[in-house]
Amino acid sequence: MHRWDTKGTPYALVAPFFLVFAAFGLFPLLYTGWLSFHRVSLYNVDRAEWVGLRNYTDLFTGQVAHYFWNALLNTVTLGALATIPQLLMALGLAHLLNYRLRARGFLRTALLAPYATSVAAATLVFALIFSPEGGMANWLLGLFGAGPVQWEAGRWTSQFAISVIVTWRWTGYNALIYLAAMQAVPRELYEAAALDGASRWQQFLHVTVPALRPTILFTVIVSTIGATQLFGEPYLFGGQSGHQGGADHQYETLGILMYDQGFHSSMLGRASAVAWIMFALLLLIGLVNALITRRLRASQ
Amino acid sequence: MTTTTPVSGRSHRAVPRPSARAGKAGGQHRAGPIAHVVLGLAALASLFPLYWTLVAASTDSHAVVSSPPPMLPGGNLFKNLAYVWDNAGGRGMGVALLNSTLVAAAVTVSTVTFSVLAGFAFAKLRFRGKKVMLGLVLSTLAVPAQLSVVPLFILTKNLGLGNHLGALILPVLVTAFGVFFMRQFLSQAVPTELLEAARVDGANSLRVIWHVVFPVARPAMAVLGMLTFVQSWNDFLWPIIVMNGSTNPTVQVALAGLGTGWSTDWSVITAGALMGTLPLLLVFALFGRHIVGGITQGAVKG
Repeated sequence: MHRWDTKGTPYALVAPFFLVFAAFGLFPLLYTGWLSFHRVSLYNVDRAEWVGLRNYTDLFTGQVAHYFWNALLNTVTLGALATIPQLLMALGLAHLLNYRLRARGFLRTALLAPYATSVAAATLVFALIFSPEGGMANWLLGLFGAGPVQWEAGRWTSQFAISVIVTWRWTGYNALIYLAAMQAVPRELYEAAALDGASRWQQFLHVTVPALRPTILFTVIVSTIGATQLFGEPYLFGGQSGHQGGADHQYETLGILMYDQGFHSSMLGRASAVAWIMFALLLLIGLVNALITRRLRASQ
Repeated sequence: MTTTTPVSGRSHRAVPRPSARAGKAGGQHRAGPIAHVVLGLAALASLFPLYWTLVAASTDSHAVVSSPPPMLPGGNLFKNLAYVWDNAGGRGMGVALLNSTLVAAAVTVSTVTFSVLAGFAFAKLRFRGKKVMLGLVLSTLAVPAQLSVVPLFILTKNLGLGNHLGALILPVLVTAFGVFFMRQFLSQAVPTELLEAARVDGANSLRVIWHVVFPVARPAMAVLGMLTFVQSWNDFLWPIIVMNGSTNPTVQVALAGLGTGWSTDWSVITAGALMGTLPLLLVFALFGRHIVGGITQGAVKG
């Protein structure tokens, strides 16, 4: 056997990933950082003018500070609305799916069907459901003698509607992840708990949830990363004003702000600064995650 | 149960069952009527918007927003579908569907192939710098897409790829998730003895990969392929930036054009949504069981 064959092969096998990563992952990462210190126009991308920290100060205290802090707050509130109920519901549904059921296969597939729907298709349909004229949401409220609500216009109503779209698409997906984890919990733990007189609810709380902790942490992280980058739902929910997150920026997220600054206002440098702030946020989340994981491990 | 790998479908199956009583799902109790009702309602909530897309897409612009809303399909489905087929995204949904199919197919074939190769190297081969490289692969999982869109936009413009489908394919030729997914699978699925035996028989690396690794990896390739296809088909941020105003859009870009245009003809918009979703629902109906399995395997990446 040729020596080269064994020595070089591993590197040849992993090379495609690292080439793609270098060209379309690492280089853009650094280039975005460099761009964030420049003024760059969308229409003349090769002319970058050095402006130092200007893009960042514009965002924190300057002319667009109002939009930036608003978008940061919206990212947090919209993220919480879209993530917390979703994961709690997914946990409950997984628990039910873990029983012996009729039509188990159908239920699983039905719950996962929204996952196969694109952001664009789902958001357009929900925009119709929450439409102020003849939308199904207001018709339903009308049946109970309430409403109509101008869903898109209000800060909380619009964020609620958008979080419904996110929740619809991802609850079943997370439920199946939890279900898989639940099925790996050793039966003996439940039997022991039952012998100790634990009710089913107590078993869920004291056996299932602790055993699922790593999986729950995993879904929290993935969902948080997804929520931090929320873009398609608010963009399309707003129709004509979607690129700025509503007429009053009432559901503008950081993802929308980056798009609006870069590709509507032609401030690619400022958009890069927003992107780097998002990156810093995610690093922070990752750090908190690592700390929690370490503490969890130490406590066990 | 304290490892960072929360789930493993395979090791779970390897645990001997005390009896057949519990069934394959592993739940020890039979679900009561309440559980069935709650799950039924959840399934209804999942499916109803899809059904209602069909209803809305088969009405006309007035009927779709009437009160009470229509609950049964109307007679305009083919008229609305024909309209988006001819007009959506400038050149029609037919072109967009073709473009999305091309992009998703190219991305899927490339991602699956390169992921198997790199995943195999990380799972079974020894080489200097492996740990560092694997750490690098993992750390890229959390880099947000927003971070690269501005430079990629500039890059594609300079490469003359603006509005070009290649701009949608190149950045995702292989993904960190794919590599990691394959590594997890292959480290358990490929017996080291088999590799050594093939080596002793004088097979070179290419032969080993072709005759041992690819056949063994086939089920995981199917799963990764489907996940990748769905993800590529549904990708939104990057296509909307690089293909904005394009006369040669993908499905998602064409749909965005329908949704952010000046006129709001909901029956046409929902017809577009239906047409853009149908191919994936079809894939889903055919392979749903595998996708369900794939997602639960994907959870192993935690």
